[in-house]
Amino acid sequence: MTVKIVIGLDGTDTGERALTFAKELAAKIDDCELLVIYVIEWSPFTFQTAEENAQRHKRREEEVELATSRIVEPAIAALKEAGFKASGLVRHGDVAETLNRLTVENGATQIIVGRGSSDGFAKRIFGSSTQSLVMHADVPVTVVG
Amino acid sequence: MFNTSRFWLTPALASVAASPLAAQEAMGIDQKVNEAFASLTGPFVSLIFAPFPGTNFPWIVMWLVVAATIFTIYFGFVQFRFFKHAIQLVKGDYSDPNDAGEVSHFQALATALSGTVGLGNIAGVAVAVGIGGPGATFWMILAGLLGMASKFTECTLGVKYRNEYQDGSVSGGPMYYISKGFNELGLPGGKILAVVFSIFCILGALGGGNMFQANQAHAQISGIVGEYPGWITGIIFAGVVFAVIVGGIKSIANVTEKVVPIMGILYVGAALIILVVNYDMIGWAFGQIFAGAFTGLGVAGGMVGALIQGFKRAAFSNEAGVGSAAIAHSAVKTKEPITEGFVSLLEPLIDTVVICTMTALVIVISQQLIIDPETGNYMLNEAGTAIATVDGNSGVSLTSAAFASGISWFPFVLAIAVILFAFSTMISWSYYGLKAWTYLFGEGKTSELVFKVIFCIFIVIGAAASLGPVIDFSDAAIFAMAVVNIFCLYFLMKLVKKELASYASRLDSGEIKKFSH
Repeated sequence: MTVKIVIGLDGTDTGERALTFAKELAAKIDDCELLVIYVIEWSPFTFQTAEENAQRHKRREEEVELATSRIVEPAIAALKEAGFKASGLVRHGDVAETLNRLTVENGATQIIVGRGSSDGFAKRIFGSSTQSLVMHADVPVTVVG
Repeated sequence: MFNTSRFWLTPALASVAASPLAAQEAMGIDQKVNEAFASLTGPFVSLIFAPFPGTNFPWIVMWLVVAATIFTIYFGFVQFRFFKHAIQLVKGDYSDPNDAGEVSHFQALATALSGTVGLGNIAGVAVAVGIGGPGATFWMILAGLLGMASKFTECTLGVKYRNEYQDGSVSGGPMYYISKGFNELGLPGGKILAVVFSIFCILGALGGGNMFQANQAHAQISGIVGEYPGWITGIIFAGVVFAVIVGGIKSIANVTEKVVPIMGILYVGAALIILVVNYDMIGWAFGQIFAGAFTGLGVAGGMVGALIQGFKRAAFSNEAGVGSAAIAHSAVKTKEPITEGFVSLLEPLIDTVVICTMTALVIVISQQLIIDPETGNYMLNEAGTAIATVDGNSGVSLTSAAFASGISWFPFVLAIAVILFAFSTMISWSYYGLKAWTYLFGEGKTSELVFKVIFCIFIVIGAAASLGPVIDFSDAAIFAMAVVNIFCLYFLMKLVKKELASYASRLDSGEIKKFSH
């Protein structure tokens, strides 16, 4: 049976370490598939100007494009090069909630994420999200330091 | 929300006119501009705000209220039948998680609300209650409830007939649904009506959505720090607005968009605190509102006076039928245009039924309006034009005094709220005006820049001068938008009915279902 593992990336060094750890783990499993997910933090309950709203669809596509080309695709390429079966997803939403939902939807059995780095933006996005994920995930979560 | 100026500025102008000597002395350039402008635009202003013959009931108010009533009946009281569904939509119960990152129903609602919640809720209500008595509140609530159906109609059409461009951006609003909708129905004149609407929309944006706001913000600031030239306020405001709409400095807009809702919540919160502290008087206050609605309780004009003031304030505050909200709502990403209509019907509810009623209750409970102890009726001021108040306050200062009687430091918060509301209303209307502008002159960086620069110049003019006639004209332009918009909605409403029938049946059959989150 194929074991599916989700790797939650945040574009930082700890995300890279999560990727490395996932590779080591996957190497020990016979039939393993890796799913790289990058979640762009987004809440439907923020306040925006009318102009931002009108531009939103375009911005969303730009954000997805950027995350795909800069983070997810290089990670998939690296995994494939190392001989693993790998695919990727980029989504908007609450990081912990979305990561968990996509894991369940795709039939994966565990999540590997980075601890979150200490610099402002990434911490805001991933620091607390990691805690939230650990608390609420439906599958086992490995946090890589 | 814009027309408060009429009540404040008209007495000032009247006093100038009444004293020829003073008029001559004050005859500066401003005055000359005013006079030239007034004579040019006077007929248009008089036409829009003309009363029915033999009454003082402005026909434009009737136009808005009758339309709201017709839409309410035509759509079978949609504002009540789909109220719960509207809340569920805003909560995101029906939003596909895979569409996350697009404009949500909540965001579209919040954006549209920040364009309407403002001076009308603070100053306008005080004017209504000050002239029409507590009974005006009853009619205001009724007009707000009916106005929900107008919003529903125009916002559904706004999303249905918006333009989506290759780059993914969108443009929508009455000008688009009028031209496309008329085309679809095979009716002539859609393009012409859309152009006329756009012209009024640009004028309304520069006036009520800009000059009036700048003017009132300056009045508030100078009320606190003392008199100083208005152009200073104008330049500062224009600079900040310029930075946002031309410079694209989103952080300022973002801060405002976050602070404005907080201000709104703070305002309602303060009102609630005052109501809770005076809970024993709430029953009495509602008694005054109901009694006043049908008897007038001695106010000038009696029951009809209360009714006119209530209807007027509601219509001017929530902009239902004006078409502006349709522009704001059209950006939302949805497969079902009608869902945006459901969401938008919450706007008049929040703006008029909740926030305006709060203001009215606080004013009534604070007993700023003087009651004759012998008759139990309200006492009129010396001129007999409004109810006498404790310190002779009216407009925003009446609201301020009412809140101060419960929370002494609140006037400062209120002043900040007025300034922020004015700013966010300007940002919203700069967008509405821009959309009308690009409809007429085409999308493009240069075309957009021209409008944005004009918009900023008008902020300085609005803050610098007490241009009564200009502001009267801008108000008239906003309601002229409603004349064109509602006229067209009567033709287009059957398209909305089709959407409503289809959506309702799919909702009943379970084809449209909630996403589990």
